[in-house]
Parts: sequence; structure tokens; C-alpha cells
Amino acid sequence: MADIDVFKSDDPIAWCPGCGNFGILGALKRALALSGLKPEQVLIVSGIGQAAKLPHYLRCNMFNGLHGRALPVATGAKIANHDLVVIADGGDGDGFAEGGNHFIHAMRRNLDMTYLVHNNQIYALTKGQASPTTDADMVTGTTPEGNSMEPERPVALAVAGDCSFAARGFAGEMDHLVGLIQKAIKHEGFSFLEILQPCVSFNKVNTFDWYKKRVYILDEATYDPTDRPAAFRKALEWGDRIPIGVIFRAERRTYEDLGGLKGSTPQKDRALDKGKLADIFKEFR
Amino acid sequence: MAVNKDKKDRCDLSIRIGGEAGQGMNSIGSLLGKAFVRDGLHVFINQDVMSRIRGGHNYIQIRVSDRAVSCPSGRVDILVCLDKNTLELYQDGVDGLIVYDEGKVDENAPSGPKYVPLPMEKIAEDTGGSAKMANSVASGALMALTGFSLEPLLALLGEVFSQKGDKIVQANRECARKGFEWIKDRPKGPLLCELHPSGTESRRRMLLTGSDAMALGALASNVRLHAAYPMSPATAIMEYLASKKMEFGIVVEQAEDEIAAVNMAIGSFFCGARAMTGTSGGGLALMVEGISLAGMTETPLVVVDCQRPAPATGFPTRTEQADLLFVTHCAHGEFPRAVLAPGNAQEAFHAIRKAFYLAEKYQSPVFVLGDQVLNDSSWTAEPFAMDDRLGEAQSLVSEQALKDMKPYAYARYEITDSGISPRLLPGTPGQILYADSDEHTVAGHITESADVRRSMVEKRLRKLAGMREEMAGPKIFPGPGAESYLVCWGSTLGAVEETVLALRAEGANWGYIHFNELYPLPEAPIPGEISQGARLIAVENNATGQFCKLLRMETGLPIAEKILKYDGRPFTPDELKARLETTKG
Repeated sequence: MADIDVFKSDDPIAWCPGCGNFGILGALKRALALSGLKPEQVLIVSGIGQAAKLPHYLRCNMFNGLHGRALPVATGAKIANHDLVVIADGGDGDGFAEGGNHFIHAMRRNLDMTYLVHNNQIYALTKGQASPTTDADMVTGTTPEGNSMEPERPVALAVAGDCSFAARGFAGEMDHLVGLIQKAIKHEGFSFLEILQPCVSFNKVNTFDWYKKRVYILDEATYDPTDRPAAFRKALEWGDRIPIGVIFRAERRTYEDLGGLKGSTPQKDRALDKGKLADIFKEFR
Repeated sequence: MAVNKDKKDRCDLSIRIGGEAGQGMNSIGSLLGKAFVRDGLHVFINQDVMSRIRGGHNYIQIRVSDRAVSCPSGRVDILVCLDKNTLELYQDGVDGLIVYDEGKVDENAPSGPKYVPLPMEKIAEDTGGSAKMANSVASGALMALTGFSLEPLLALLGEVFSQKGDKIVQANRECARKGFEWIKDRPKGPLLCELHPSGTESRRRMLLTGSDAMALGALASNVRLHAAYPMSPATAIMEYLASKKMEFGIVVEQAEDEIAAVNMAIGSFFCGARAMTGTSGGGLALMVEGISLAGMTETPLVVVDCQRPAPATGFPTRTEQADLLFVTHCAHGEFPRAVLAPGNAQEAFHAIRKAFYLAEKYQSPVFVLGDQVLNDSSWTAEPFAMDDRLGEAQSLVSEQALKDMKPYAYARYEITDSGISPRLLPGTPGQILYADSDEHTVAGHITESADVRRSMVEKRLRKLAGMREEMAGPKIFPGPGAESYLVCWGSTLGAVEETVLALRAEGANWGYIHFNELYPLPEAPIPGEISQGARLIAVENNATGQFCKLLRMETGLPIAEKILKYDGRPFTPDELKARLETTKG
């Protein structure tokens, strides 16, 4: 049995009792342990939000940066040391509003890292405003007459962005979620995992029970995630039935393949070649 | 070397070459420039991209002299017109000769002793088989016009076109020879002076742009990632580094925006790979929250801001020094930073090296200010002497301390007297680190404690004192004892220096004080004997005298007299001297 306790942090947890984030934290710890990783091999980069506090509650390297900016910091970190397992982690406001542009380009770049987005369809840290995934007509602090915008479907965006791995999990399906996180970490390339997360304080619509009634696990024997049009349809399925599992996979060259990083000395350990430097000075003479 | 016809004490020629974008003015500039520099002459080449005139009209101006030159001259000794536009726009301001292509001026061909018709395109077609080789014809013609010799140019054409094969090399050389002979055989008006080759080639000095120098400075600092979003005039740094990506095994990442760029650089430096970003003022505006992030997480960061006239889009292809107060103050909150402002390409190389050193040692953002004239102009530079100390990794946990550390016991933000907390990199066996943008404990976890807050604010700010001690004071020329000093910073150095030398040659007791390290300023950067006894006049390429404000804010020293220029163009010595005349009194 893998040692989960090695990932245990002493930092007191500041989430509400009953928060969906506890399930995600537990699943991540188990997935890291089952993946055979040590704390020093993992770097979690987060932005700001309730979800972004998560790496404080784990024992592994952490960079808790700015709202919306987890992905570019994670990108720089992975470029600097491609031996690290780099996981970017955050919420729906963090990732799809402020960080939306970075998400689109991280998919294009296809670095070998994992992006976990806890989607509770609300801004929780700032106490209940509409997020990019809040349902239409939902009443929130900033939409007292009901949300006038349609929600973004992150996995559909990922299929459109040819994300090399796009999946959805649910904080209430722990074992399944552990497996998904393990797959996402193992995947070579950018892996995106949307995690449906009930917010007990500010989202009284999309509750644990609401999800429990709707969420179903995709049957891996019959569903083919490499069929892009089918994956797009699956990614848009929302309402009475909400699929969870690996929704889309694409065979893509990774950033590491193209950039000469894979299998070579990490950038952080590369030394300056003074001979080459002397040679390029000559170009200017 | 150079011989003067009118026995003035120096030879100093300015050659302006104008044409449409894509006509290859830059290649003429680099051919001539290199030929002159190899012969021991000094060259300064600036670019003027006139984005508001139809046809995309540009010019470059090559200044060549037997003494150091590091600014554009106000005069034009030879005008080379690659198109009709150039002739119409500039012929009236030419002091010497005007070379134009007869084929391009259909009617009313100008005549007179200063006009030198040269059928560049026809010669190129007849000799080389392509009108494109008109550049080589013009280059050959310029060698004859300036009194220089053809051989260094022929050698350079061989180097430049060697990849394209012998045939192309020979065709270009033949074009250059025809251009040279065309001029040699025809009568022409006089020039201020003529250049004569020493005949001894030297490969000691370099001819390079400020952007080249910054990129080389980054490579020499072992930069591993340059993350940036294209923006004039900073893009050339990125493109140069990209061209060396495979050779040096570095990564150059074109980010989706400047916000991503600065955060990528932070992520990389956090993991131990030196990283840099470069932009202009507008891009820096987007990066500002990242600057604050580097300040709070104590992550080293090097940011190059190549200034251009603003606000907003401003003059994208012109020059200004109006981001000084922005870089010294941008971003929310209070944290240490350093700002360097090199005065030429030589200083730009060293500024980047020092920026990496300071950033890593003090784990803080360090800015290097360039501007369009610094970055786009080509400068003659002495070989770079490198201080190896600047290239070494800074402020890491010592090997012994790491050995003695209990497993998973490292605290990222240890309180120290210097404010510098030794860094450990992610991936270190048996240790992890937490870095946080929230106020944090020594271990890097979020805190709300008032005591911790006070100690962390003070710890971070203590680093400023260390940085202040590492800052070079201004260059004071010729030392104390002058009656009046021009006070300047960054790229105005060349024009100021030349003006002061000219005034001193006339017997006036002038000096200058140039700052290339601007923040944090030393306690009393201008000695009392100067600040209390001499007249000080600030020279700045901006409208509000930003350095004067900074100096007063930091040291209390007021500078009442200012010569400011904010039309998007760099100072020339002639202009500066004329402006001084009107401020005298």
C-alpha cells in the first residue's frame, strides 16, 4: 500500500466543513502516492481562490501565485525542470475567467503537466459571485436578477482546443477521481481535469445531491475518447445526465519533444558554454 | 587612417541611406559599418522608421569617425536615395553629396556639384543579373565617396553571401566594384573629410545593436528561458535569442501575453533556471502584477523595458525615456527592486549581467531600461570583459546547511539580518518548499498574524540596503571642478558626452554626470562639492524631468534647470548645444 501520509501537511485547513475540496484533496494525495511519487518530485502551482489553497494542505513543493496565473508559472517551472511532476491547480473563476487565455494557450503548447480545476460554478473566496460556469438565471451576489450569461463548458473548450487529454471527475466519486488524476499525471502532454465540486456555502443549486443524481461514469469499453466529434458531443452533455471520465484524447507532439528538453539535462542544471559564447561574439566583428 | 581635407582635428561623416522598407538599408549599414570598424574606425548607426509617411519610408544613418561616436549627428554628409521619396524629403538638408538613382527620378533630374547620379539598379541588373544587388552597388559607391578602399567590402560580401554560393558572392562583388569605379571615375563635389583605410584589419572591436548586446548579456548570464510577447523595440532581443536557441540549448517562449511572459519567467527562476522577459512600456503595464508577485514570493526576475514614446501605443518605432518613474514604482505594495539604465551597447551587456546577479542574490525584480535608440542603434564596442562572479548562482542554501537539515524541514522565508533567505530549489531530495503570494510564515504558509506581517515586511525591505551598496554611482566627467554639469541617464550619454567635449574644446569648463544605475540610488550620488558649487542642468528624453523627480525624492537634491526632449527623436550634440545657448543665463 502506498504511503499517503508522506503527503500530509501540518497547515490547518481553512475550508468550510463539508466542502467538496476535501474530497479533491484526499483524492490527489492518494493519486500522488499511488503514482509512486515522493513529495520533492512534485510541484503544485496554484492561483488564488478556495481551490488554490489546496497545495498548502499537501506536503510537496508549492508555488501559490496570483489569481488566474497558475498555468504560466507552471509552464516556466516545467521548462526549468522537466523532471518535476508539475500540477497546476485552481478554481473556475481562477482558471476560466482571469486565466482563460492561459488555458487556451497551455493546450496549444502541450507541455507535460496536469491542470486540475475545481468547478463549483461560483466564486467562493469572495463570497458568492457568478463565475464563468455559473448556470444561466442563477441568482448570485453580482447577478441579483439572475445570471444573464450562459455557462462555459470547459471540457468542450478543451476538445475545441485539441487538448491532448481532457477529462471530468466528481468530488463525490473518490475512487474514480483518484484514477482520473493518476491518468492525468501519467499522460504525456497537457492534461486537463475538470472536477465537479459542490460548494456548501454559496451554491445552493448545484449541490452534492444535485450532482449525485446526474453524474454517471463513462464506460471505457464502449466510449472512444479519440473520436473528436463524438467527444465534443459528450463534452456538451449537461443537465439530467452529466458524464465523468476521460472525454477526449489527442495524439500530439509535446513541447518537450519539440524543444529538445525530453531526456536531456533540465534547464536549471545546464551550464553556459563559454566556447560558444566566444564564438558568437565573433559574429559582430 | 582618416585624413582631413580642411585640417579639422577629426574626421566625422554621416551617411544617410533612405528608401522603402525592404530595400535593404540595414544590410548596407552593416556592410559599411563592419568594414569601418575592422579598420579601426568608430561607427554609430541609427534607424529612423517613419511609420507615418506613405510607402513605409525609412532611413538609416551611419556615422563614422576616427574617434568614439555614440549618438546621431545632426548633419548629413552623404545622402543615398534608394527611392525618389528620400531625395524629395532630405536633399535640402544635405551638407555634402547626394547620390541618387537616375532610373528612379523620371523628370527634372537634379544637377549641380553636390548631386551624384548613380544608376544603381541598372548596374545591378547588367552586372549581377538582379536589381536586388543595387545594395552592393551603393555600398561600393560609398567606399569610393568616403575615400575608403574596396577590398574590405569585397571580403565582407564573401562572408555575408558565403551560404548562397560562389556565384552570388562573385555577382555581388562585381556590383560593388562597378559602383566603386563609377564614382572613382567621375568628378564630384567636396566632403568635409575623407576616410582613408589604415589597411590593418582588426577584429577586436564589435559593431552591435543594444538589443544584440542585451541578448549576449543574457546568454553570458546563462539565461535558460526568455519568455516574452513581441513588442517594439524589445522584439529584437527575443529574435536574437531565438536564433541561438538550438546552439545554446535554451528556451525562448513566445507567450500569449505579457502577463503570461512574466509569470513564466517567475516559474522558471523559482525552479532555478535563470529567466528574463523583455517588453516596452505597454507590455510592462500588463506585467505589473507579476512584478509584485516576484517581490512577495522573493523570486528573482529580470525585466527589460525598451522604452518608446507613450502613453498607450504612442510612437511604436521611436524613442523616449518616460518609463523611469513607472519602473521605479510600478506594482502594488512595498518591496525592493533595482533599476539599471545602460548608456550604450557596452553598458547594456554589463547591465544585463549585473541584473541577473542582483536579481538572484536579492531575490527581487531587477529592471534594465533600454529605449528605441539604445536598442535599435548599432554601436562600436570594445571586447566585453566579464566578471565571472556575476555569472555564479546566488543565495542558495549551502551544501553543509542542506546536509544538516532535517527531512522536509526547509523554511523558504527564514528571517535574516540581510533579509536574504537562502534559496532551495524544487526537486531537492528530502526537502520541499512553499512559496506564497499571500503574506506568509517563514515556512511559506498563509498567515494573518500582525507580528509575522511586520517581520516579513521588514525582512523584505532590508534587502534594499544591500542592493544600495552594490549600485555604482554616476560617472562624473571630468571629475569635480567643472563650473557646470549636464546630468543625464541611460541612452542620452553619447549626445551629452559629445556636447561637453565640444564645449570644453572651446574653453568652457563643462562636465557631465551620467547615471547608469538608477535605483536604489546611493545616499549622496552627487558629491556636495559639485551639488553645492556647480550649475546642474538635467538632460532627459521626456517631458517632465523624471530623473530630477527621482533624485529629489531619494536624495533631496533639486535640479532646477532641465533640457527636455519628447518629440520621439534622440538628442544630437548640435541640438543640445543650441538648447544650452538658450538656457544660459
